Amino acid sequence: MKKTYKIDVDCANCANKMEEAARRTSGVKNATVNFMTLKMIVEFEEGAVPSTVMPVVLQNCKKIESECEIFF
Amino acid sequence: MNKKQRITLIRILASAALLLVFLLLRPGQPLAFFLYLIPYLIIGYDVLIKAFRGIIHGQVMDENFLMAVATVGAFVLALTRTGDYLEAVAVMLFYQIGELFQSIAVGRSRRSIASLMDIRPDEAFIERDGAFVSVDPDEVEIGTVISIRPGEKIPIDGIITEGRSAIDTAALTGESVPRDVHEGDAVLSGSINLSGLLHVRTTHEFGESTASKILDLVENASSSKAPSENFIAKFAQVYTPIVCISALLLAFAPPLINRLIGLPAGYSKWIYRALTFLVISCPCALVISIPLTFFAGLGGASRAGILIKGSNYVETLSKVRTVVMDKTGTLTRGVFEVTDVLNARCPREDLLEITALAESASTHPISQSIQRANCRKTDLSRVSDIQEISGHGVTATVDGKAVAAGNDRLMSRLGIPTQTCTKAGTIVHTAIENQYTGSILISDQLKETSAQAISELKQSGISRVIMLTGDTKEAAESVASQLSISDIRSELLPQDKVSCVESFLKEKPAGSTLAFVGDGINDAPVLSRADVGIAMGALGSDAAIEAADVVIMDDNPVKIAKAVRIAQKCMRIVYENIIFAIGVKICCLLLSAVGLGNMWLAVFADVGVMVLAVLNAIRALMVKNC
Repeated sequence: MKKTYKIDVDCANCANKMEEAARRTSGVKNATVNFMTLKMIVEFEEGAVPSTVMPVVLQNCKKIESECEIFF
Repeated sequence: MNKKQRITLIRILASAALLLVFLLLRPGQPLAFFLYLIPYLIIGYDVLIKAFRGIIHGQVMDENFLMAVATVGAFVLALTRTGDYLEAVAVMLFYQIGELFQSIAVGRSRRSIASLMDIRPDEAFIERDGAFVSVDPDEVEIGTVISIRPGEKIPIDGIITEGRSAIDTAALTGESVPRDVHEGDAVLSGSINLSGLLHVRTTHEFGESTASKILDLVENASSSKAPSENFIAKFAQVYTPIVCISALLLAFAPPLINRLIGLPAGYSKWIYRALTFLVISCPCALVISIPLTFFAGLGGASRAGILIKGSNYVETLSKVRTVVMDKTGTLTRGVFEVTDVLNARCPREDLLEITALAESASTHPISQSIQRANCRKTDLSRVSDIQEISGHGVTATVDGKAVAAGNDRLMSRLGIPTQTCTKAGTIVHTAIENQYTGSILISDQLKETSAQAISELKQSGISRVIMLTGDTKEAAESVASQLSISDIRSELLPQDKVSCVESFLKEKPAGSTLAFVGDGINDAPVLSRADVGIAMGALGSDAAIEAADVVIMDDNPVKIAKAVRIAQKCMRIVYENIIFAIGVKICCLLLSAVGLGNMWLAVFADVGVMVLAVLNAIRALMVKNC
């Protein structure tokens, strides 16, 4: 399952870092951050529930880039 | 400017003002330390916090860390030795100015691209009892009649049931001339209705409509990263630790050696050099400008009606030296039209009219093209006794005379001698009262811009252009000679095209790539086999959008060369930035290591290079003259 989220981040590099952090989160199969449109596309693993995975994704992103935001 | 940027600006101004005051007052030690600490904290508190958090979360080597170490180090050095606090604050100040600038520049280009791509309609209107009711486009079912008033976006693909208007398709195709539409025409979502009220019966759901599909494509565009983008990410991972270790060595190794050989250690001098080294080394310029260049390039291309599905294709596209093109639908219109009247024994208009009348009952594409070519009104009462002979043609009585129109086989069946024609295309002979009266040549017409497209491709560095077609050799050769293409393969079946492309892939120059251009109909396997598959006239063709890597929204073949040039420009900027940023940094690093650089040089090497690289990156957005 794929879902798109609006995000807020300042720089392209931070976007890359967010992407990596999101990918490392369990329950996430793949994630892409588009800095151009400020969107994060998350592909969830089979059986993962987005509403429980996303807070963890945000938490992991905040760890590497405190000023980022994901709207879900 | 958004709120965050305004706050940063205020912080910059406040700390700059304080710095200026202190410079004039020249406070003595140790008061100076506390005074300078105020502007330093105003301007740098967030960097310090981020650096601290980074250390806690194990993200040690980022630009915040570098800046924090360098400025804190300079502060300590000023307190203990030099008394020059200005540098530490100024470095942080310039760093923040650079960050602010970059944030504004990125925001600007994002907005300008976003507004171009803003084709998502928010609402659809349905007329109920003479009033327009707004509904969520998602909830409009197929077959609903929606109303679009002048100035509104068409929310969902459909067919006009009532009304005529001009529509602006620039957001979809980059074409600035409005298109006239009337009843029966298909309209695509994302275009803007300019002049009249339109009633449209929807043929798709909102999610399946053109606008939604294009947006989906653009939003996913940067998901596949170019090799050079990945290179920079990897480079930054290796580079920062190397720099930090070098800085450590620079700070402590020479003083220790000095001690060992009995010279004064000179700690402060070497630590200062090491700090300068750290400020210079910040890889921001690269890390920010390379993705930004691709982002601007993709945006610029989509403004020109060319959708590139990822930065990796920008890189592939820039290296294209071999272009394989399909003929029908790419170089030609894919519709049959009367292109000539040959050997006419009567005025050509008469011949066309009589043939058109004889063929008036036929729905065959060939006879329809003759109907279209006939500029006079078709009076059906003049025709009778129409007989269609399948695979041959028709016979009929027109104005009381027996007329036969058809191919060679029909003429020989009727025993009417004809003149042979050598031109490529389909020939329809016409005989009146068993007398040969002339022939009509029908062929697929070249697009007006095809010749220009080929010459532009050659100018853009494409060394080999090959045309593939399923058509006859004559038809292929005639098109090829008009376009001055020497390399053609004709009479191919769809699977032959794949093997042709495979053999060309083996022959292409090393390091270059091969592009296949098709209209997306029947050539999906070839599109995916080529290094980069380009689909033409993809508006409304879902298969083409799916299969291709690069999608040209309208059917103008000149855009192929334009796409290549946009990619080349984008890659040129990428390399310029890589070489410029790394070059300047290495020079400054060497200078500072031997003591010729100071913090001011370091600030230039960091912030200055970043600003220049960002400005250069934004150039990729400007594709008008590409």
